[in-house]
Amino acid sequence: MEKVAIIGVGQTKYERDKKETFAELVFEATSKALEDAGISKDDVDNIVSVSSDFWDGRTISSMAISDASNAYGKDITTVEGDGTFGVLYGMMRILSGSFGVTIVCAHHKGTESNMRGITNCAFDPLVERKLGIDAISSAALQARRYMNRYGVHEEQLALVSVKNHKNAMRNPLALLPMDISVEDVMNSRKIADPLKLLDCSPVTDGACTLVLAAEREAKRLSTSKKRVWLKGTGHCSDAFRLGDRDLSDTRALKDAAKRAYTMAGISDPRKEIAVAEVYDAFSHMELMWLEGLGFCEDGAAGEQMERGVFNSDGKLPVNPSGGRLSSHPVQVAGLAAMAECALQLRGEAEDRQLEDPQTALVHGINGMCGQSHCVWILGK
Amino acid sequence: MGKRVGIIGVGQTHHAAKRLDASGVELISEAVTRALDDAQLTIKDIDAVVIGNMDHFENINYVDMWAIDGLGAFMKPVFKVTTGGTTGTTVGACGYYHAASGLFDVVLAVGWEKNSESDTQAAIATCANPTLERDPFAGAIGPLATEYSMYMKAYGATEEDSAIVAARDRNNALNNPYAHSRQAVTVEDVLNSPMLSYPVKFLDMCPRSDGSCAVIFASEEKARKLCPRPAWVHASVVRHDYTHFGDLEWTFMPTLERASAAAYKVAGITDPLNEFDVAELYIPCATCGVKWMDSLWFCDHGGAPDLIRKGTFHMDGQLPINPSGGVISTNPIGATGLIRIGEGAWQIMGKAGDRQVPGVEKALCTGFGGCSWSDVMILGADLP
Amino acid sequence: MPDWTQEVEVLIDEGRISVPYSWTVGTTLSRFYCELRDNGKIWANRCPECGTVFVPPKIKCINCYQDLHDWVELPGTGTVETFTVVRYEEPAIHPRKAPFVYGIIKMDGADTGMLHFIDEIEPEKVKAGMRVEAVLEDERDGNILDIKHFRPLKPGSGG
Repeated sequence: MEKVAIIGVGQTKYERDKKETFAELVFEATSKALEDAGISKDDVDNIVSVSSDFWDGRTISSMAISDASNAYGKDITTVEGDGTFGVLYGMMRILSGSFGVTIVCAHHKGTESNMRGITNCAFDPLVERKLGIDAISSAALQARRYMNRYGVHEEQLALVSVKNHKNAMRNPLALLPMDISVEDVMNSRKIADPLKLLDCSPVTDGACTLVLAAEREAKRLSTSKKRVWLKGTGHCSDAFRLGDRDLSDTRALKDAAKRAYTMAGISDPRKEIAVAEVYDAFSHMELMWLEGLGFCEDGAAGEQMERGVFNSDGKLPVNPSGGRLSSHPVQVAGLAAMAECALQLRGEAEDRQLEDPQTALVHGINGMCGQSHCVWILGK
Repeated sequence: MGKRVGIIGVGQTHHAAKRLDASGVELISEAVTRALDDAQLTIKDIDAVVIGNMDHFENINYVDMWAIDGLGAFMKPVFKVTTGGTTGTTVGACGYYHAASGLFDVVLAVGWEKNSESDTQAAIATCANPTLERDPFAGAIGPLATEYSMYMKAYGATEEDSAIVAARDRNNALNNPYAHSRQAVTVEDVLNSPMLSYPVKFLDMCPRSDGSCAVIFASEEKARKLCPRPAWVHASVVRHDYTHFGDLEWTFMPTLERASAAAYKVAGITDPLNEFDVAELYIPCATCGVKWMDSLWFCDHGGAPDLIRKGTFHMDGQLPINPSGGVISTNPIGATGLIRIGEGAWQIMGKAGDRQVPGVEKALCTGFGGCSWSDVMILGADLP
Repeated sequence: MPDWTQEVEVLIDEGRISVPYSWTVGTTLSRFYCELRDNGKIWANRCPECGTVFVPPKIKCINCYQDLHDWVELPGTGTVETFTVVRYEEPAIHPRKAPFVYGIIKMDGADTGMLHFIDEIEPEKVKAGMRVEAVLEDERDGNILDIKHFRPLKPGSGG
């Protein structure tokens, strides 16, 4: 397989109530990515935008950001889902031989949308939606099931929140850098048992753009310091209705991870992955996904969290950016996670910089309760 | 370098104004089941799935997640792509790139829509910029009518030219058991039909439909093994250059010109009118079926009315267009572009039944939507 | 962003477009809801190949992609697999006032669970593993709210 690299990264600050339009956000992130890559807009031959009609409140939502994504005169398409799936399609288009340099851009203004109504619309109108279920109440069902199955405590979930908000303090782009304690999390307002306010990710605005390049183009256009290779990927979806799944079962993630590890030649993720950004939309999810990714046994992540294994100074730092718990622009999230890992591998992660990481893992989810997963292995 | 890819199976639902017998998921499974039958495969043979539609027509968020049962995608790789009216061709291109990348060998691409579940124009209205264009210009018919008025003024095209196209596509649909609207229609009937927005009349315009289409793409080795005569993908080009309706060029169709020119170059086509044996084109309104012929390089700007009047694009003409009846006969929006690709593929595979054009070696398929966006896919009986 | 944006008044243009929806229930779920509405029964369907029983019924088996023609009547009882106590108000989507309880109930006779409300018990007393039964509305319309909620089975009542 021909290699594909990330050669440019651009992000806006992740904030609430951003005054810029969707197009302005995409323009900011894309301009930054092109500048970071050191290429001109004409070096790009195709665009994958990641855009949701629901979150934007616009039919053909990609149209609003088309100009801003550098689409004029180029081949363009739109993925509706997390940014990690956008990168997947962007990579496919390069591997097909049709394109050499792909822009993958995503935008989101959570503060302009109604999260509960919009996520309620992700549920089956004929069977689930009328009950009023949404992203939070369904996540709570999952958290309870996971905790019951493995004997995980709320305090262990809280450790995720403490770690990630603390990590965010070294990320100038993050929305919620906070120095909090387990007690703060335990005392935060109950939302849907067992989830409390500080177990949940915040509504966020922002945009992120990555520039991908085929090996031949990457070597022509960029320096080896800037290049981060996409070494492996896998995606897989579980069943749709909540009742069709055991919400504590990470079978779809395991399948996606296996594909990614196989492609990247990884046989022992615990030893071979230096840093991971996983999709912690809720605190319990980080624990579940770390298990599904094979970083520890099923049910053991809480215990490992207690031992500090996943702290920034631990054996396998997870979510050094602060994770989704600190900034959660939907769709953008997976791209932001990938941006962080790219920066880490390049040695450009500033105060968050880990010591010379060579291989990183990026994880994104789509759908409710992490129905679908997309896993990436990045390498230097 | 990527892999060469062929289409090895196609399935469609019987499209209709309202499929009250089938929920969205049932509609999707109908098309998928038929595509698997057409390719003589089971769901286990499918390595990856891609789906597309337009969210606001059915108000379902994360449609790829919702459609798992109908797609047979449980524990498979799946994601969604969507680009307005061009969604169908975007889905087709995505299926192609899945296989061409070498990551997946047999890929199921599905487009669908249940337009009966909502008010189509209201749902479309939000595509226009809310502060600049939504109030005056939202909806599909206005821009298309404006466009043809300019073309009539510039080149002397007539309402009758458009009526010839409408009658052609509608009569072709009589040979297509899957088409939504199947009615024998004369040029007079079209001219006498109610005016919607000058000069576009009722019978010039496409319906909105419930329907689904599934197309199975396979990488070269698998395609040869599984299918006696795949429809090989020779080119896939997309140009979605515009964001605002006010920016459009009105006397020709710039994105179609650019996309088709680029596609012809990739596929080695220098004389499209003679080299294509059939064309399944996304013509949402018969007026487009006049004007846009210029932009497919069939003639110079303004040359289309002459070709139309000579019957060039009728079933017995030099280059039959829309033997399926086209978009004017069937329009489940998320599927419409993919139906063009599926019909084009069937023409090459020799499976187009009563609407088969004899001896098809090369087919031209296009998609349209959004703000004058154009997609082009070229299929051939020979390997590219 | 340039500095001039700090000095101007930000305008917000609010709009609302009404887009009513009517979803086709389709063949499979119509049968399910007609049985629920007219006869007060909960039915599931079963895959002839792998034997999985699905409730609410499915159009195709998710494992085998087979058509599902065998229908099975369920007793309407089940076991709570998981639950949550919702404590926030969202009147636009919630048919009940908080606090209320959602549960996923593994239905007796089926291999899948149903999402619904759990009531007639204090929220704090709900536990996974509890045995529950469906309570139906007297007046039913043919949708999921024809089931009012699930309530704890009385001990010794055949659960």
